[in-house]
Amino acid sequence: MGVGIEVTNLNAWYGTNHTLQDINLHIPANHATALIGPSGCGKSTFVRCLNRMHETNPIARVTGSVRIGDVDIYADAKPVEIRRRVGMVFQRPNPFPTMSIYDNVAAGLKLNGFRNRHALDEIVERSLKNSALWDEVKDDLKKVSGASLSGGQQQRLCIARALAVDPEVLLMDEPASALDPVSTSKIEDLIFQLKSQYTIVIVTHNMQQAARVAEKTGFFLNGRMVEFDSTHKIFTNPSDKRTEDYITGRFG
Amino acid sequence: MREEHNLRAKIRSGIDGAATGLAVLSTVLVVAPLVAIFVYLVYKGASSINLDFFIKVPKPVGESGGGMANAILGSGILLGVGSLIGIPMGIAGGIYLAEYGRGTKLANAIRFTADVLNGVPSIVMGIAAYSLVVIPMGHFSAFSGGVALGIMMIPTVCRTTEEMLLMVPNAVREAALALGVPNWLSVLAITVRTASPGIITGCMLAFARVAGETAPLIFTAFGNAFWSTNLNREIAALPLQIYVYAISPYDEWHRLAWAGALVLIVLIVMAVSLVRYVTSRGVLKGAS
Repeated sequence: MGVGIEVTNLNAWYGTNHTLQDINLHIPANHATALIGPSGCGKSTFVRCLNRMHETNPIARVTGSVRIGDVDIYADAKPVEIRRRVGMVFQRPNPFPTMSIYDNVAAGLKLNGFRNRHALDEIVERSLKNSALWDEVKDDLKKVSGASLSGGQQQRLCIARALAVDPEVLLMDEPASALDPVSTSKIEDLIFQLKSQYTIVIVTHNMQQAARVAEKTGFFLNGRMVEFDSTHKIFTNPSDKRTEDYITGRFG
Repeated sequence: MREEHNLRAKIRSGIDGAATGLAVLSTVLVVAPLVAIFVYLVYKGASSINLDFFIKVPKPVGESGGGMANAILGSGILLGVGSLIGIPMGIAGGIYLAEYGRGTKLANAIRFTADVLNGVPSIVMGIAAYSLVVIPMGHFSAFSGGVALGIMMIPTVCRTTEEMLLMVPNAVREAALALGVPNWLSVLAITVRTASPGIITGCMLAFARVAGETAPLIFTAFGNAFWSTNLNREIAALPLQIYVYAISPYDEWHRLAWAGALVLIVLIVMAVSLVRYVTSRGVLKGAS
């Protein structure tokens, strides 16, 4: 089951560039939350702070607190433990190119020492079914490289890979921006199904997408969170002028 | 208009044909010396290759017959020792350069040293191994020859490993880290694995290069006219044996030298092909 996320006074830097400033918000459990905003506004940096991927860049720095469930991820846990609980899907599909479809999905578990073959088979099947890829790949799971799939299939493979380690939160950084409309709608359907079991945070440039999949939406601008509210409110009656300008297409 | 269009199309296809022709010509010029050398070796050496060549040791001057069995085995042992030293150290160095030391002074120093080492004449490597291993041990040995070859392999393996690892997209590293895989394991199980075809090519390149080296073996492995598998004793090697036979005044030995050169090349090609075959069996359909 998913857990809620409580972000308090989060600040992030790349070198001297203050990319996130005083972010405070509550992301509800088992819902999809969308983050919108123009390029460079800090929304990707924000999701990378939720699984401590931000700090893999040597010049990056973070202050403030992020509680996922009842764990303060910057005070109480190691990055490796956090990332097992918080899955991530990236903008460009990034399957492991030398691994089969099966090994791609099983990678997270295998590399963390999971050896039970029978259980592994079941988890791989369940994850691929959950990511709506099973029927397309079940016949050559172990014969075909993950890199040989189409872009949309690769992205669903990456979702399956993230689901296989059974995370509580799923972060998606523009998961459909490199995909065609058919693949995009498959990913959106998927988000719709998955949000009953996982807390989903999705970064998107596509406002219709945010409106379609998310209950809550946050608008980011220049490293600050301008407004955070129900998706319906953000898109029909935003309280901030800048949000309104953005969603009506006056800038960004 | 139409006339002019046709003329332009003709000029374009003419230029295209000329460029293709140049490319083909360059390829031929590059491959021709290789083919010529190989054909000449076959011409000169093939007639002296027989079963004895592979199962007998050299005969003393004046007696006909004999073979290079000890030199073939010796080369195998020397290359085995060399690979055991050069490949792990080279790969470890390459991993450090690409994954841990990026941009650090130490990494830059190592990279520079490796490049310089790559350009050092092989006889100097022999002298280095002589003073580092032969003098402390007090005698020539197969081990010291292996060390000389191993040191020669390190820079090539190290730099190709680095280059191949740098070609792995960062997205692949991030994918592994985001699954909660510790960094060291991500490097070994994901990044190195993704780059492994290129790394293996680098190792084979280094292997093939030192397989034909004579100079570093002259005062390390030294050569041996008799059977020896002892790492602690002098040992024969194909290039050394070829060298000794080639500068001798005897026609019989000259013929054996040609045969030795041919066998050396064939064995290198076979070893490299075998490694390629074994390592490509696991590659999946569509893997990039």
